[in-house]
This record gives sequence, C-alpha cells and structure tokens, in this order.
Amino acid sequence: MLKLLFPSQLQLGLAQALVAAAAGLAVVLLARRRGIHLEGETSIAMLRGLVQIIAVGSILVILLRAPRWTGGLALLGMIVAAGATSARRAKGMPEAFRISAWAIAFGAGSIIALMTSLGVIDTAITSLVPVGSMLIANAMNTNGLALNRFRSDVLAHAGEIETALALGAESRNSVSPYVQASFEASLIPAIDSLRSLGIVWIPGLMAGMLLSGARPVYAAIYQFVVLAMIFAASGLTSLVSTMLIRSRVFSPAEQLLLQPGK
Amino acid sequence: MSAATKPSILRAEHLGRTVGDKILVHDADFELQKGEVLAITGSSGSGKTSLLRLLNRLDEPTSGTVFVEGTDYRNLSPRELRRKLGMVTQRPYLFPGSVADNLRFGPAQRGETLPPETIAELLVQVGLKDYGGRDVAHLSGGEAQRVSVARTLANSPLALLLDEPTSALDEAAKLEVEAAIQKVMRDQELTCVMVTHDVAQAIRLADRALVVEQGRIVRAGPVEEVLRA
Repeated sequence: MLKLLFPSQLQLGLAQALVAAAAGLAVVLLARRRGIHLEGETSIAMLRGLVQIIAVGSILVILLRAPRWTGGLALLGMIVAAGATSARRAKGMPEAFRISAWAIAFGAGSIIALMTSLGVIDTAITSLVPVGSMLIANAMNTNGLALNRFRSDVLAHAGEIETALALGAESRNSVSPYVQASFEASLIPAIDSLRSLGIVWIPGLMAGMLLSGARPVYAAIYQFVVLAMIFAASGLTSLVSTMLIRSRVFSPAEQLLLQPGK
Repeated sequence: MSAATKPSILRAEHLGRTVGDKILVHDADFELQKGEVLAITGSSGSGKTSLLRLLNRLDEPTSGTVFVEGTDYRNLSPRELRRKLGMVTQRPYLFPGSVADNLRFGPAQRGETLPPETIAELLVQVGLKDYGGRDVAHLSGGEAQRVSVARTLANSPLALLLDEPTSALDEAAKLEVEAAIQKVMRDQELTCVMVTHDVAQAIRLADRALVVEQGRIVRAGPVEEVLRA
C-alpha cells in the first residue's frame, strides 16, 4: 500500500519508518495503561536512532570512497558511543563509562582485529564497518545487560555482601555469585540467537548477501560466522566488564559503595 | 581484676561520619575493656547502627578513629579488623547450604578449616546441638539468628558487635537468642557492643550504656543509671 502512495524511495523509507515507530509508540501507550512509563526514553531513543542511522548512511556513502584506515576510525567512534550508551544502564556505579568503553573495545575490538587478520572479515570498508558495527552493537547490549543485572543484584543483596565482608571475606569474593549471574544473564540473547538461527530468524545480512548475488549456502554459513563472532565479542566484553566492575563497587577499605538509598 | 585495670579492647576517639550535610555520627568517644558489654540505645534513625558500622569499618569515618587493642584500625587490614570485631546483623543473612557450611565460612576466608569438634562446640554454645547438617533454608528466625551468632564466633573475635539481633524476632525467639548471647558473653568473657532500642534488654545484658540522639552521644555511664534516668 505504501509503495503506491510513495513512488520515491526516500519518501517510502520515511513513511515506513513512521509506521514502524507508530507500532512502537502504541506498545508504549499500552505499557502506560499498566503504569509503566517508557514514553520519554522510547521517543528519544527512536528519534535518535532514526537521525543516527540516516547520518551513518550518509557517512557510509563518503566512507565507501575513503581510504581503508577510516573504517577503523569509524569503529573506534562506535565503541566510544557504545560505551556511553551501555554505561547508562549502570546508574550510580563508579566509572561505568570507562569500564564499558574498555570492555567493548577489548571484547569487540579484539575479535574484529583477529577475524580481520585471519580473513574472516574482509578489510574493505563495505564489509569491515557493517560487520564490525554488528559486533560492537551486540557487545554494547551484552555489556548493558551485565552491568544492569550486577547493579540490581548488588543492591538487592547488600546485606549478604556486607555479612560476607564482616566475616572477613575478600570484597571480590563477596560479590562473585552476582558477577557469575550477571555474566550468564548477559549472554542469554547471544546464545538464543545462535540456537534459533535459521529457524526463528534470518538476519538481514543474509538477505543482503543473497540480493547482492552470493551463493545461498555461503550466505547461510556466513550468518553462522557472524553470530559466532557476535557471541565471542559479547562474551569477552561481558567477562571484562564484570571483572572490572566488581572491584569498583568497593572502596579501598573494602566498603560496599553501591547501597540501596545511597 | 577490676574493669579499670583490664586491657582496653576498643576505643573510639572523636569518631564521626557526615554524608553531605547530614551528620550520622558526631564526635563519639568511648572505651571498652575486656569482658565489658556496652549497650547503644536511642530512637530509630538516631545513629546507633551508623556508629556500629563505623566500629567495623563497613563505613568510613569522616573524623576520628578507633583503636583496637591500642592499634589505630586504619593500620589494620579491613579483613583482619572485621575478623577481630565480629558483627551480627539485625537479619541473619545465612548463606545457602548447611549450618556447618555457614560456620566454616569465616575461617575458610583465611584458608583455615574449622574442625568438626569446634563446630559442635559452637552449636552447643548457642543451644543448637546437632544442627550442623541442617539446611539453613529450614531454620526458624530464632535458630537462624543463633547460627549467625555461632558463625561470627567461629572467627574467634576479640569483640562482638550486635546490631539489634532480636528486633526482627517474636518474643519466644527473642528470649532464645538473648539467652544464647548471654551465655557466650559469660563463658568467653567476650567484649560486646550491642545496639538495641529495647531498654529492658539493654539492662539485662549490658554493663554500661550510651544514649544516642541525632548522631550525638547525649548520655553515657552505668546501664541502670543511664537508662533508668
């Protein structure tokens, strides 16, 4: 129907974006009726997402003609932005941005570097930037989930943690059950994506590869490659962020800094 | 030996903590000799628990310090300090597993294994003979709090810090826990600081008392004199 109303591709795209956003906002209104207020955050996130992706689309046009090193620069910028975004999920936790940025840089960055050097990811900007951004975005989500879960668990179990400290436990040991739970919970989406690949969902990249003339079997195998890389990058990010954050919630005198009501 | 000539276990000197513009504890000075029991009383939010947390350095003082056997506690590692000043919280917060697992927890942090006979002795002291193998999930509130006391004693502390250990219990359980604490204090001549809002309990258990109001010690002295005033 929209295709008939909007003959130009740009107009069609904007109309499709409006319809999809309206569906999202309808869900927000349903949530509001149940007393859950997501209006502000969701509206801003949608608007930001649309503006950002249009900006990136425009930049990609320039990048396609730019030297290869600019691809690395673009990924670095994405890592910093990803660190800032996922750090917001760890409100009140000391050094959340720095930890997030380092964890994503190490987790996603090392997998991108390794896979590029082995030839799994092509160094051409048209391949490096989209595939790299997928790894960074998923690492960001995993990091946000890990920090958010860790924060909730520490706040909910401050009594148990301080009891362990009062009995002479090392601070890092007193939070180790919550570090483990955060790590495991943060990887649920990545594991479920791998598990349901091809059955529940077919990633957009595969459709793109097929449209650009790749052989279906190769396109299918590459989907697994991408998801396995996402899992590796996300897992490494979560391992690093949970390892770094566990010491940051304590003072040098092993006092729990993150407490309910503080 | 009279109280005055007994060795000093704990001495708070100008101890205070201010967070933002809120004074939680202000200029607290007191000393405890070996075997003395000090009750800290006051209304809710007066700063009793804040003062106790400073003694165990679960919070950092913003002024003053505490001396443990004459040593400034900032010169002790926090882990060593907390082993020496064993704390029992209002809620017992037992770790999943058996009663014996909980008793082994403290010594295990220093790489020590608590012998079965010590576990049995500790459980007898708190009136829970043969409870070692029980799952903590199946204990009553009073039993759980007594396990918490035994778990703290398993670290062989110099002093016990009790934060309203019976306030979350019903009357029968409260008396059980109080009896266990009294027995431990008497048998081991253990120095003790006990936060309580229960004046009668303070009179039953303590030698001396401090009354705290808005973070300040407003009265201090022999328990009967201070609390019956």
